[in-house]
Amino acid sequence: MTRYSLLLGATALVLAPAAALAERGSSGHLNIIYWQAPSTLNPYLSGGTKEVESASLVLESLARFDDTGTMVPWLAEEIPTVDNGGVSEDLTSITWTIGDGITWSDGSDLTAADFVFTWEYCTHPEGGCAQASYFDGVTSVEAVDDGTVRVTFDAPTPFPYTAFVGSESPVIQAAQFADCLGARAPECTDANFGPIGTGPFVVDEFRPNDVIELSANENFRFPDRPYFATVTFKGGGDATAAARSVCETGEFDYAWNLQIDPTILSGMEAQGNCTVVTAFGTSVERLHMNQTNPDPSMGDMRSTVAGGPHPYLTDPIVGQAMSMAIDRALIVEIGYGAGGQATCNVLPAPEAYASTANDGCLVQDIEGANALLDEAGIVDSDGDGIREYEGTPMRVLFQTSTNAVRQDTQALIKQWWAEIGIDAELRNIDASVFFGGDPASPDTFQKFYADVEMYTNNFAGVDPQAYMANWLCSDIPGPDTQWQGANIQRFCDPAYDELVAEMAATADLEERGRIARLQNDMLVQSYSIIPLVHRGGVSAHASTIEGILMSDWDSELWNIMDWRRAE
Amino acid sequence: MTDNADRPNQPLHGAGATPAGAAPVMEFESYRAPRNQWWDVWDQFKTHKGALFGLGFFIFTLLFVFVGPLIWTLDSQFIDIRARNAGPSWAHPMGTDQLGRDTLARMMAGGQTSIAVGLTAMLLALFLGTLIGVMAGYFRRIDGLLMRMTDLFLALPLLPLLLVIIMLYRDNLRAAFGPEGGIFVLIVVVIGATSWMQTARVVRGDVLAIKEREFVLAARSIGTPSHRMITRHLLPNVMSPIMVSATLGIANAIITESALSFLGLGFPSDFPTWGRLLFDATDWLTQNPERVIWPGLAISLTVLSVNYIGDGLRDALDPRIRGR
Amino acid sequence: MLTYTIRRLILAIPTLLFISFIIFLIVKLSPSDPTAGLPLTIPPEVREQIRQSLGVNDPILIQYFKWLKLMLWDEPLHLLEGWTGLNVAPDGARIISYQTRSPVMELIMQRMPQTLWVVGTSYIVGILIALPLGIISAYKQYSIFDQVGTFVSMVGFSVPTFFTGVLFIVIFAVNLGWFPSVYNTTHVVTDWPSFVVQVKQIIMPVMVLGLYNASQISRYMRASMLDNLNQDYVRTARAKGLNEKVVVLVHVLRNSMIPVVTVIALNIPAVFGGAIITEQVFKVNGIGQLLIIAIQGGDVPVVQTVSFIFAVLIVLFNLLADVLYGVLDPRIRYD
Repeated sequence: MTRYSLLLGATALVLAPAAALAERGSSGHLNIIYWQAPSTLNPYLSGGTKEVESASLVLESLARFDDTGTMVPWLAEEIPTVDNGGVSEDLTSITWTIGDGITWSDGSDLTAADFVFTWEYCTHPEGGCAQASYFDGVTSVEAVDDGTVRVTFDAPTPFPYTAFVGSESPVIQAAQFADCLGARAPECTDANFGPIGTGPFVVDEFRPNDVIELSANENFRFPDRPYFATVTFKGGGDATAAARSVCETGEFDYAWNLQIDPTILSGMEAQGNCTVVTAFGTSVERLHMNQTNPDPSMGDMRSTVAGGPHPYLTDPIVGQAMSMAIDRALIVEIGYGAGGQATCNVLPAPEAYASTANDGCLVQDIEGANALLDEAGIVDSDGDGIREYEGTPMRVLFQTSTNAVRQDTQALIKQWWAEIGIDAELRNIDASVFFGGDPASPDTFQKFYADVEMYTNNFAGVDPQAYMANWLCSDIPGPDTQWQGANIQRFCDPAYDELVAEMAATADLEERGRIARLQNDMLVQSYSIIPLVHRGGVSAHASTIEGILMSDWDSELWNIMDWRRAE
Repeated sequence: MTDNADRPNQPLHGAGATPAGAAPVMEFESYRAPRNQWWDVWDQFKTHKGALFGLGFFIFTLLFVFVGPLIWTLDSQFIDIRARNAGPSWAHPMGTDQLGRDTLARMMAGGQTSIAVGLTAMLLALFLGTLIGVMAGYFRRIDGLLMRMTDLFLALPLLPLLLVIIMLYRDNLRAAFGPEGGIFVLIVVVIGATSWMQTARVVRGDVLAIKEREFVLAARSIGTPSHRMITRHLLPNVMSPIMVSATLGIANAIITESALSFLGLGFPSDFPTWGRLLFDATDWLTQNPERVIWPGLAISLTVLSVNYIGDGLRDALDPRIRGR
Repeated sequence: MLTYTIRRLILAIPTLLFISFIIFLIVKLSPSDPTAGLPLTIPPEVREQIRQSLGVNDPILIQYFKWLKLMLWDEPLHLLEGWTGLNVAPDGARIISYQTRSPVMELIMQRMPQTLWVVGTSYIVGILIALPLGIISAYKQYSIFDQVGTFVSMVGFSVPTFFTGVLFIVIFAVNLGWFPSVYNTTHVVTDWPSFVVQVKQIIMPVMVLGLYNASQISRYMRASMLDNLNQDYVRTARAKGLNEKVVVLVHVLRNSMIPVVTVIALNIPAVFGGAIITEQVFKVNGIGQLLIIAIQGGDVPVVQTVSFIFAVLIVLFNLLADVLYGVLDPRIRYD
């Protein structure tokens, strides 16, 4: 026994310096819990966050965004720019150089042909690729040589970092997916569930919507990483249970997307076993004020441009009063905690695009709101406590998706609006229906058969051009387009449309920033949209895990190769 | 029989102390001036301690939820954000929730909905279940059809069904009964229409057995018509499983309602019900344990009281017991 | 009885076809959508393309018959191949899940073990508790045992599993640290220590579900026993001088089993259907979780297939219950 412990002590001594240097696999096993489980590991077949992030352990792209939103070369040597000649002068093509000596986990070399194949895979008309928008405007992807890829666009593209940038458009292995193009994509279950990648881990076992077992990639390009030898990626349960398993029982090391009451989460964190981390991207929880008339008596014309404007929500005074009545800081405190910041902008980040012109809304002003309405002659004329707008009592139907935090926010806003003489009826709809976009359902957020609705939207990456084009007059959902269209509140202003066109033609970054801020202010000051909370991702990790740099611009697990367990 | 010793089953008035006979009902009636049968039922019911206690508690609950709000006038939806997550105090005897809404007021308002939904949905399910069960068990010709229909209802995936029903009918009902009335009708019908199958199967099973018993054969041999066979001979003898179904049904309805509301298929989110209060409080189990206790206790005790009322009612309706 | 059973089995085929069609209609009509779970950053055109590639927009009847053909012919052959190793399975299409793009049958097979472990065990535990509880409660009606049993079973039935599950986790996993709060589906039982691990991880969900099942069944058992204890034949049996044990456990019990058998048979399909809430609370990820995720994700093939298998089990077990009635009470005849 003594000899045995002596031996153990000796081994520990030998191992100690090695552990300090940290080599591949030295941190042992990592347990990650995502309470929504990934259904596949092929991010091109399912664009859900859970699928994209779990796949990011295996699949990689040319460049990624770090925790500050800065682009960092990943599989590429460097970020191509006009200055270094990587982007053509006319902004119609970008040429990437693949880093030296990068191999797939099966040992074969990563070549430009894999990128060409990935493009073909995702743009195949029958494939139903979920990330097809990353290849929008791309006319060709060609292999200049084995180590160089050129992406050509159909028009000058001021921001060409879309294809193969970020965790949503990683490169897949041509050899593995060769027979899986188009309609045959779903037949390749083995490939979809166990893609060969260049990333730090390889898939040992995948159980859809349940669990993934991974182990370190023997052929990974950094010989000392990843520090974890194996990873279990478990799904299921709910956010509270996930937080509990990290912070209270210690069964797991990392829990994702903990959108739970901040009081509960901070109570768990206070026990000292875990650290809550947040990262902010571009997500904004907002209210959309229906600019068209959602009255059920309109029949098929409900909430369409043809059905005419809303009886009172088109008046900016009304929207302004409704916005002034809201205490955003309190909503953050009650529903979001560290995972939210009060905001008055639709476009709160990146910094270059964030306007400061509307920050007055951060302070609640119920008296001011009442005075504003009184002045405008919108008063309670029949004494029932509810104001009338030209004879129409202001009773709004306020809908959102089912989610505890959203229902609390709804209740708070309802009370504040009651204080300014506006009555709200609350409705919550199951997320699968609300966001489902089924043209037959009356409850989708696009149909907007309500006066006000609340949800979060954001854009991927760091460039807001496409996002700000959501509010074009032509993008209003309606029966003629099967209710597709991103202009949910049915905002329409020709001046805004002009700004969108100007943005598309401008390459200068500062100028783009100015236009984006103008667009933001125009939207916000129309009071057809009321931004509430700039939302960040909230995750928790065991206190013993080091090296986590959480990012909302890319997969949260983007730097998992650097994660290690503290001694 | 061993279980009779501790039952104070002798009515105080009249010639109650008759020896139990083979045909107690007939004997019983011959001893007395004709009187309403329901008085006898009530007399027997009164002797059942548990049932009296259950009835008392149930009435207390009804008073609490329907009369209570007249005394405790705080609005169940009023948010007092400074007082959130508070424990019991004089201002809030049962504490407050995460938005500072008064739990006592919410318990009362929630109880109105929960009890109304629970009772109505249970009665609907019971009615459908008993009707279909008795019909299937008694009339062999429609047995197959009715039971295959039961299979169909059992096999239907509930959630998609609800989504469809709500998509199709919510707006119409909202127009006809108002936002809350419409949802009430919808929820009661949905719960009632999707939970009668167990009762139907159980009742049918019992009816199949009972209709082969001697007394039924005897009744049939003297030409008793079907409707009387059912109401006089079959129904009283399947009361026990029906009463159990009733008790289980009320709990089931209260909990299903909370699940529906949570999924956004039921009442608006700021509209309290007991099931919903319990659901919302579950996350606060470690921080504010008292929040789960109130709704949990309310649901359990209400179901328990209904169970005891059911027990007493069954005994009271059983002529063999009543006659003793 | 045999002819009755055969006739019922033959009749089951059109019944099941009809049921499957109704299920299909409901699932198709329901407004959830396979692209609902995707982030809003994915534009509508792409969503439409995804729907196209899944075949969501094909005419309903075509979708139904495609599914039916695969379900009744191709999938059983695949199953046969999986069991026997014979190369009989046809190549080509199978029933593919929208969400995972993999064969639905494989998903179901993958989830069967944990569902049977947890829900199956809890059902057996529930019955083992319920029968003696119901019998003793009825025999000693209004005794302390009966009162306590009534109270516990009413609380057990009226407190929903979403609450008891979390309560158990907080007590036994967080505070006492006895059992894991997350079920490990990849755990394989090979020897005694691994069996102990398995028991530890199923014990909480089994108790939660078992309590619920036991409450329900024991109430029916008790009520039915009470009915029969008062019957004339019991007095006759006692008068004949039969042993009390024989009277209660043979005569009364046998005659009291009809409602209990109904309830038990009615709920066995639910064992295979999993338990949606309990599975969610303990992260068991069985059939129940598969179904709920499929419903939320508008995954028509999964919902349809699971519901159909469920329907088959319901029809079979209700038939079994009807046959058992005849065994328990020979007077019941169907012919």
